[in-house]
Amino acid sequence: MAVNPDNYGLRLFVRYLVLCLIALIFIFPLVFMINSSFKPDSQLLADTSSLRAFLPVGDISLNNYFGAFRRAPVGLFVLNSVLVTGVTVLLSLLICSLAAFSFAFLRWKGRDVLLSIVIATLIIPFETIAIPLLLLVSKLPWIGLDGLHWGWLNSYRVQIIPWVADGLTIFLFVQYFKGLPGELIEASRVEGASWWQVYYRLVMPLSGPVLATAAILKFLVMYNQYLWPLIVVQQESYRPVMVGLGYFFQLNVAWGEVMAYLTLITVPVLVFYLLLQRAFIASIASTGVKG
Amino acid sequence: MKLTRHLTGVVIASTCLCAPALAQTKLTMWYHGAGNEVESRILNQIISDFNTSQSDWTVTIESFPEKSYNDSVAAAALAGNLPDILDVDGPVMPNWAWAGYLQPLPIDESEFADFLPGTKGVWDGKLYSVGLWDAAVALFARQSTLDGLGLRTPTLDKPWSREEFMAALDAAKASGKYEFALDLGMNDQAEWYSYAFSPFLQSFGGDIVDRSTYKTAEGALNGEAAQAFGKWWQSLFTGGYAPGTSEDPADQQTGFIGGKFAFQWNGNWRAVATMEAVDDVVFLPAPDFGAGNKIGAGSWQFGVSAKSKHPEGAAEFIKFAAQDKYLAAFSDGIGLIPPTPSAAQMTKNYKDGGPLAAFFDLSKAQALVRPVTPGYVVQAKVFTKALADIANGADVADTLDAAVDEIDADIESNGGYGHR
Repeated sequence: MAVNPDNYGLRLFVRYLVLCLIALIFIFPLVFMINSSFKPDSQLLADTSSLRAFLPVGDISLNNYFGAFRRAPVGLFVLNSVLVTGVTVLLSLLICSLAAFSFAFLRWKGRDVLLSIVIATLIIPFETIAIPLLLLVSKLPWIGLDGLHWGWLNSYRVQIIPWVADGLTIFLFVQYFKGLPGELIEASRVEGASWWQVYYRLVMPLSGPVLATAAILKFLVMYNQYLWPLIVVQQESYRPVMVGLGYFFQLNVAWGEVMAYLTLITVPVLVFYLLLQRAFIASIASTGVKG
Repeated sequence: MKLTRHLTGVVIASTCLCAPALAQTKLTMWYHGAGNEVESRILNQIISDFNTSQSDWTVTIESFPEKSYNDSVAAAALAGNLPDILDVDGPVMPNWAWAGYLQPLPIDESEFADFLPGTKGVWDGKLYSVGLWDAAVALFARQSTLDGLGLRTPTLDKPWSREEFMAALDAAKASGKYEFALDLGMNDQAEWYSYAFSPFLQSFGGDIVDRSTYKTAEGALNGEAAQAFGKWWQSLFTGGYAPGTSEDPADQQTGFIGGKFAFQWNGNWRAVATMEAVDDVVFLPAPDFGAGNKIGAGSWQFGVSAKSKHPEGAAEFIKFAAQDKYLAAFSDGIGLIPPTPSAAQMTKNYKDGGPLAAFFDLSKAQALVRPVTPGYVVQAKVFTKALADIANGADVADTLDAAVDEIDADIESNGGYGHR
């Protein structure tokens, strides 16, 4: 049956209209946040009952940004979060991909049972293990430049190391690796490549989409960390951005400064996502994984 | 040889001169006010003054965001990482003392004899903490509103009765000038409900828990007085006097000032901003619902951690910080109530004839501390849920009975929280 060009155009228009409306629902909070960050509190609160809330109108200034920097060491918090997140993501990609490589390609006793256990950890909420983990890390040893220490509290390592390996990232890599052509691996082995060479010369170069997906998912988890740093970090010098948000909630909340702070801490997330956007979408399309 | 003697003399003299500084023992202190520029400035000044005023102790501070402070302390207590001096919210103090986070203050209570009752944290007959300010709640109104609606201005000696209060709300509603007669700040379902609204229950003759034993809420939270309170509370929302639990969060900051409400039940931390915006604002005492007019009391206080190896040093600091000049500085800075009459006279807002002097009198005359029990932290949450449910239309008797069951079960599962 021939397609009526008019109907096709109409359908396309309706489809895009619906998609645009859905996109607006997701964009509006961001638009509200950014616009509100430039408004004084009185105007911000008054505008919430009208469409002006989404428009950069009225008394616009950078005062809330100056106020946010006065109220909290914003740069330090962002730096801490970026550092903790960046190092964790890199270590996670390395450790989890190695673990997944072992699960996917190597044959060893108990492999399937262990993989089942790793996947089963996905159903355990972090809150249930937070206290035992706290007790553990508060007593672990660490050798630094100035000798042996006991207890990891108030450090970057306590925010990084417990989060490096996780079931979801390993599972993502395992699923992706299983989809790679087995002939390629076998051919490499026949050609005399070691397993290590297969890992970094063959498998990893083919794993761009899953690396991007795992990196973005891990980035979001780490950048949004709240409970863990709250209980293991008492010193301001190690606090991340989400704990820093609490600086803005006083008895009289400075909403404009809250919005300015949120805008500032959203920037690294957007930059990271935009950098990996293509690979992330490719991975979702190929694996069906949703973030 | 002569040079060697000279050098030895210099070294010995330097060592002796430096000795006091080297001998200073470091005390750590945690505070809930991260992000509060004014509080931080005043507290840092107190610490600096203390550190230079003597040679035994040096205090260092670590500030935490208020919203997560209690969780940070609980986690640190588990990990054995508490500081020497702890900042503690008054109603939470019994829980921390019971849980072993705090030790009794090694200071004679008579040192704080003239402090407002709400600023002293007493548990099991011992003083555990002292506050540098108190907070109070009042009914904010405009004098022009009272005059326009033909209402009597209530006083501490003669507050509004329940009938007068409801008549005032009726008059405001009937005037058609306001979206709602009363702003209660219903969106804030943290500890605001138990702090701000349990005094209404107490004024009806009920309470969150039976204070004679602290072992049950039976009769206190579901007795006749509590049932009457619950029905009245529900009528505020079914009668359209106040917005319910989905109230706009901005209302407590802008609702009364903007004329959306005729009356507002709010704390003195909003008083300065309201005075700046509303020329004829008046701060009225709580209505008397039959068993006397009440408001909540108790704010943040300083105590000594149970793990501190230097409680005498921590106590020295707390005594130092409790000087009138610092109490007045905090009051002027953040607008809260100074704990002593002498400090009040040194402030711009609370001295005789000062614009907020009414709050000092309110706190002195009406204040009732929240239930002094470790179980309060749970009871406050249960009470909040019950009041929110009733406001949303739940059956009053069933809801209060369920709240009593939950509170009693918690008391039982914690072995009575140490009440004898």
